[in-house]
Amino acid sequence: MEELLSLFVRSVFIDNMALAFFLGMCTLLALSKKMQAAIGLGIAVIVVLGITVPVNYMIYTYFLKEGALVWLSPDFATVDLSFLGLLSYIGVIAALVQILEMFLDKFVPALYNALGVFLPLITVNCAIMGASLFMVERDYGFGESVVFGLGSGVGWALAIILLAGIREKMKYSDVPDGLQGLGITFITVGLMSLGFMSFGGIDL
Amino acid sequence: MSTVKDSLVDPIFKNNPIALQVLGICSALAVTSSLKVTLVMCMSVIVVCACSNTAISIIRNVIPNSIRIIVQMVIIASLVIVVDQVLKAYFYEISKQLSVFVGLIITNCIVMGRAEAFAMKNPPLPSFFDGVGNGLGYSAILIAIAIVRELFGSGKLMGIEILPLVNDGGWYQPNGLLLLPPSAFFLIGLFIWALRSWKKEQVEESEFKITSNTTNAQEAM
Repeated sequence: MEELLSLFVRSVFIDNMALAFFLGMCTLLALSKKMQAAIGLGIAVIVVLGITVPVNYMIYTYFLKEGALVWLSPDFATVDLSFLGLLSYIGVIAALVQILEMFLDKFVPALYNALGVFLPLITVNCAIMGASLFMVERDYGFGESVVFGLGSGVGWALAIILLAGIREKMKYSDVPDGLQGLGITFITVGLMSLGFMSFGGIDL
Repeated sequence: MSTVKDSLVDPIFKNNPIALQVLGICSALAVTSSLKVTLVMCMSVIVVCACSNTAISIIRNVIPNSIRIIVQMVIIASLVIVVDQVLKAYFYEISKQLSVFVGLIITNCIVMGRAEAFAMKNPPLPSFFDGVGNGLGYSAILIAIAIVRELFGSGKLMGIEILPLVNDGGWYQPNGLLLLPPSAFFLIGLFIWALRSWKKEQVEESEFKITSNTTNAQEAM
């Protein structure tokens, strides 16, 4: 229990998806102009990450890993399909996002309307793909991958909401012409990332 | 032939994928702390981008519109798998350093964005050059940043010492900040600033105009 808790805190603050690994940067920069949109996107990312990482974990352990197909027949003990990993993760992510969209549309229309256009966009968000790849690379178990998925989602949401807050204030400041818009956003994210680095000293 | 040249050169400064189109930033930040790794990453992106553009453009008239995203994804993912396996076979050390970022070329918006915006509408040859051009535009920024980060961060280029460090009896005090991730943000921000001071038409409009508080304020009213 304790390791899971510390893994959660670690993935939210120390190994923050957006500010420490720069994943999901494109969406982070493009959609952080408005607070409302940032919150919606943040929630969508938490939901999708919380589901896709464990599902990809199962795909990896029961289909792709070396010897993972033994449950089908003992002859498959030496089959190693892990090179198909990338293809299946992206497939799983795309399919899950689509299913989630249909499910929400049917049963939770309020949330569906709130998320709106952001759900399909999430398929190409590298934070989702990155979390699945990290999960494989770091050899997480099932419990850990659930916590890691949720934790990185929360971390990413935190980053985009903070950035949106700063950008809403920044509209009123006098920025040099060439730095206007994208340039100043980059520098802001850099400062935020420096701030988040100070969490690095925390020992869990 | 001018179109070929245009689609090769335009993305480098005029319509840069990173500085103007805001595509493919994730990997730009994460892999630029050493020049060698960056070069490998750039090569991979150029190869994937050019090949996927060509492949998609060849079958563009056969792809049903409703499932085009999935078709593009599958083509890109297969190409990335090939690149990943080649890197693992011949550049094992570097592929370990790149870790998940090779896989993330799939979700690199440059590849996807060019496939959707250019390859779906144009014949194979121009699409190929467009892919190469956008890959080059991406590489130009990455390489510039990697050079600054490695040269001033650790005094080396490609592992060869250029500025002798204080620790080894030289004179250069390395700037440790440049090796840390946040420095990439500052560098890209400044790079965009430089690019936009040169190519004025890329400057974004401010949402609110600040009225100057001197006598000009009167004229503004």
